[in-house]
Amino acid sequence: MNAYVGTPTSRVDGRAKVTGTAKYAGEFTANGLVHGFVVAATIPRGRIARLDTSEALRVTGVLDVLTHTHRPPLADKDEAWMDEVAPDEGSPFRPLYDDNIKFNGQPIALVVAEDWETAKFAATLVHVEYQEGAFGTDLEAGRDKAIEVQGPHKPRGDAAGALAGAAVRHEADYFIPTEHHNPMELFATTVVWDGNGRITVYDKTQGVQNVHKYLCGVFGKKPDDIRVLSPYVGGAFGSGLRPQYQVVLATLGALALKRSVRVVLTRQQMYGLGHRPATIERVGLGAKPDGTLEAVAHEATAVTSRYEDFSRNDSGWAEQLYRSPNSRYSHKLVRLDVSTPCDMRAPGAASGVCALECAMDELAVALKLDPLELRLKCYSDRDQSEDLPYTSKQLRECYARGAEAFGWSKRNPTPRSMRDDKELVGWGMATGVWEALQMPVAVRIVLTANGHAEVYCAASDIGTGTYTIVAQVAADALGLPIESISVKLADSTLPQAPVEGGSWMAASSAHAVLGAAEDIRRELARLAKTMPASPLGGVDAADVILVDGTIAKAGDKGRAVSIADAMRYGKLERIEKHKLNHFAEDKSHARNTHSAVFAEVKIDEQLGVIRVTRVVSAVAAGRILNTKTGRSQIMGGVVWGIGMALHEETVTDHRFGRIMNANIAEYHIPVNADIHDIEVIFVEERDDRINALGVKGLGEIGIVGVPAAIANAVYHATGKRIRRFPITLDKLLA
Amino acid sequence: MINFQYSRATDVADAILLLSAHPGAKLIAGGTNLIDLMKENVEEPSRLIDISRLPLRKIEETADGGLRIGALVPNSDLAYHPLIEQRYPLVASAILAGASAQLRNMASVGGNLMQRTRCAYFYDTATPCNKRTPGSGCSAIDGLNRNHAILGTSASCIATNPSDMSVALAALGARVHIAGPSGERTMALADFHRLPVDTPHIDTNLDIGEIITAIELPPRGFAHHYSYLKIRDRLSYAFALVSVAAALELEGNAISEARVALGGVAHKPWRSLEAETALRGQAATADHFSRAADLLLQGAQAYSHNSFKIELARRAIVRTLMQAANATPQSQAHKKIA
Ligand SMILES: Cc1cc2nc3c(=O)[nH]c(=O)nc-3n(C[C@H](O)[C@H](O)[C@H](O)COP(=O)(O)OP(=O)(O)OC[C@H]3O[C@@H](n4cnc5c(N)ncnc54)[C@H](O)[C@@H]3O)c2cc1C
Ligand code: SF4
Repeated sequence: MNAYVGTPTSRVDGRAKVTGTAKYAGEFTANGLVHGFVVAATIPRGRIARLDTSEALRVTGVLDVLTHTHRPPLADKDEAWMDEVAPDEGSPFRPLYDDNIKFNGQPIALVVAEDWETAKFAATLVHVEYQEGAFGTDLEAGRDKAIEVQGPHKPRGDAAGALAGAAVRHEADYFIPTEHHNPMELFATTVVWDGNGRITVYDKTQGVQNVHKYLCGVFGKKPDDIRVLSPYVGGAFGSGLRPQYQVVLATLGALALKRSVRVVLTRQQMYGLGHRPATIERVGLGAKPDGTLEAVAHEATAVTSRYEDFSRNDSGWAEQLYRSPNSRYSHKLVRLDVSTPCDMRAPGAASGVCALECAMDELAVALKLDPLELRLKCYSDRDQSEDLPYTSKQLRECYARGAEAFGWSKRNPTPRSMRDDKELVGWGMATGVWEALQMPVAVRIVLTANGHAEVYCAASDIGTGTYTIVAQVAADALGLPIESISVKLADSTLPQAPVEGGSWMAASSAHAVLGAAEDIRRELARLAKTMPASPLGGVDAADVILVDGTIAKAGDKGRAVSIADAMRYGKLERIEKHKLNHFAEDKSHARNTHSAVFAEVKIDEQLGVIRVTRVVSAVAAGRILNTKTGRSQIMGGVVWGIGMALHEETVTDHRFGRIMNANIAEYHIPVNADIHDIEVIFVEERDDRINALGVKGLGEIGIVGVPAAIANAVYHATGKRIRRFPITLDKLLA
Repeated sequence: MINFQYSRATDVADAILLLSAHPGAKLIAGGTNLIDLMKENVEEPSRLIDISRLPLRKIEETADGGLRIGALVPNSDLAYHPLIEQRYPLVASAILAGASAQLRNMASVGGNLMQRTRCAYFYDTATPCNKRTPGSGCSAIDGLNRNHAILGTSASCIATNPSDMSVALAALGARVHIAGPSGERTMALADFHRLPVDTPHIDTNLDIGEIITAIELPPRGFAHHYSYLKIRDRLSYAFALVSVAAALELEGNAISEARVALGGVAHKPWRSLEAETALRGQAATADHFSRAADLLLQGAQAYSHNSFKIELARRAIVRTLMQAANATPQSQAHKKIA
């Protein structure tokens, strides 16, 4: 049955991508296309006192300059601006809406010209005067003004009391800086003017239907007036979950000029979009001398904007990982003059679990226990918040397989005890955890008599491999070669899908495909059985499968009818089935993915230069649909985790409230020279409960725990505990 | 980016004429620095004078046994030129420590010498910067100055020169060939870049209307005992926090000649004749290198975020001199510090 599912199938869109035939949002063109360039605010808070566009308008080739006082109408109710992913609390940002400046880099005008260079030039001639307001952008300076919001779980027992009374206690603050997604592809929208107020929008987004609904609301349009497409996305990592401002600006331009308009942001301007919020993670752990946990107290204090309360589950992950009779998990926000943070790979967990896992390492040191042994000692077989068992949890096996592959047993526990010539060697480990979510997704499958199937779904493929796994699942379910499957995604007119995020798309889309394929199988079985002298005549319809382009009796391929013959018999050119996935409601079990990460660092003792020479990531995430794209997904997460540990930091000058490294020369992410050996192990995890295929999703789990494993390895190498990320060499020299 | 005129110079004389005829004009070679700055509206030349096709691409031996390198030789070609690899491996190594392969393919020798600081405020027209807008103030002195200078700074600017190649050239005692309205002249590379003092907007001693035509390397190449070590926030493709070019001549274990230049610490490649003199005649030991480091770093002054650079530079100097003495130069291809 499974010719493709579970195999290392190459990306079905790989060729289109590497040969350049895959088109991205900023590459679509149209007759008479014109170009918009954004003018961005240079103060973090205040009002636009004067905005003079006359000089820009005089430039030959400039068609218009849109501003808050000169633009087509925009919705004035928050509900219209609330997209699917908007925080519950607050009032979403409205580009070019009024004279208010809410963050540095906020768009305040759009220059539209015949060509992009002219628009960019004229943008320098838009003169702005501000009435500046008092502002704050510094989390640490604003910490005392933090407000408490809903935490991830209810407290259990008396964490503060138990912590105070614990025989061994560790408490510390860990600082995670602001980070930006920096996807390779710039944010871009091409709005094609179809006439009569209708538009086709090519947008860089993780959810075309989210953008569609948003645009309809913001511009008061009927659903049929707008179509949104995003066939390929050059990375987004969460930054494309919410509609970004360029889609509004490009649409404004198109409506104002009644022409097709493209807006591409610059790399610098992308630092005015969402970000992983700077967060202070305070973790307190109390234990008995044998390592049994008595208390976990985790409080996250994170940045949000002044206009929306963005928060995620940073602090609650110990509830799934470590048994403790007392626990308290809380979340605080500091509202600052920045753009609203947004999801970024493993939002909440990447930061929160990093802190938790560093704290566990520190506790292990205090207890004189091996860090892995401490994790096993506190291992929780139940999700403590609801006291539920897991649909599956092979974390123990992750620890075992990871430790074995890494050679953990050879670790000398004493810091600074291992070295290699001029380098100190450190070994560290950490646990990773994420949720296994699934969402409503529908697909339409059209099977034609020539044995070709097309699968349609509005879901995006943001580079994760959705095209490929949809094709794999469809090929197996329909018994066709993968070459006979074409997949069409990311068009708002296609069957429903939520934004692609949260690691839910693999399981969700796969089961929608299974559902639609099952309907096709039934119809084909019915046809085949009723054919004259059918070899399947006496076979129960439930025992009929689709295999090798035929309709056959399960276990007896000899008794088969070709799909083409059955359809001809039924006088059908095509069979079309539309199906919404269905997951049995089941609140009796918790659903998570897990990982164990082991890292080796080598640190030049004199110079403090850090190299991550080895990482082993052992992942348990149910059935792996595609071991090739899956492995890439985890490797990418590990590389990002290395960046989070050692490199990534959005640096703001709080005197100006301005990001000072808004480019990828100075915002450091790892380069090839920083990456050495990465081993990905998929631990077998059968899960018959979670869904039919036993799939959990892999998008975020790869990064979780990695920064902590590295930080712990740095401690082991040097004896220095760096709690302020990223761990740069100056911190080691200090 | 603003609109600009464009002309292509037909020869060096034409380039000089064009420069004098158009105040506000700028030469463009590889464009890897200038275009970046134009996109940020930091540089707003009224005209670009394209010199990239001028015949300044030769690498020739000079009468005294040195090398003359045309100003338009691409950084990559220079780094991989056999004469450079054999006789001046320090130059090759320093170039390969910089930027990326793609940038090095585009970048010219002249442009490399002229590249401007990477100070973040210099790049951001929304913040004060004396180098960009004289008299507006220096945002770095009390701001984000982790990457900034510790030597030769002034109250008006604490920026560093970002070039790696220049550090090696300074160590080797290269000279710069210049042509201008009043003829040709040469200048020691050591005198080419300026300290900021109270005119940080002027990076070099190149006069208005002048063009770099070549650089010249003296015969002595230090091909046996050299090393270029660049310490940065990731192992490649980042500007130096501190870099060291070291070149030694040894007789037995005794140092007969020593050159040390630092990058990432000042407005120009930093040398100390006192330090180099102190090394001469001494044994090549860590102690002596450490003493030289002290002399090189004499007068170093840290700002709020860059005090680590002083100790880092000290250690990097000792390590680089050790690498040079042991003839185990830092490889720019290995993912590891030797
Ligand atoms: C992302 C990035 C990373 C980088 N990393 C490094 C690094 O790690 N180390 C490093 O050393 N460099 C680095 N660089 C800088 C690179 O080395 C320079 O951009 C390059 O050397 C400039 O050469 P060019 O020919 O492109 O100069 P251009 O950009 O063409 O010109 C630069 C300046 O030089 C002037 N100029 C050019 N030729 C002459 C001439 N013959 N006479 C007089 N003036 C002239 C121009 O007028 C202009 O002002 C990096 C650059 C980038 C973009
Ligand atoms: S250090 Fe120099 S370049 Fe940087 S802000 Fe100050 S004056 Fe400008």
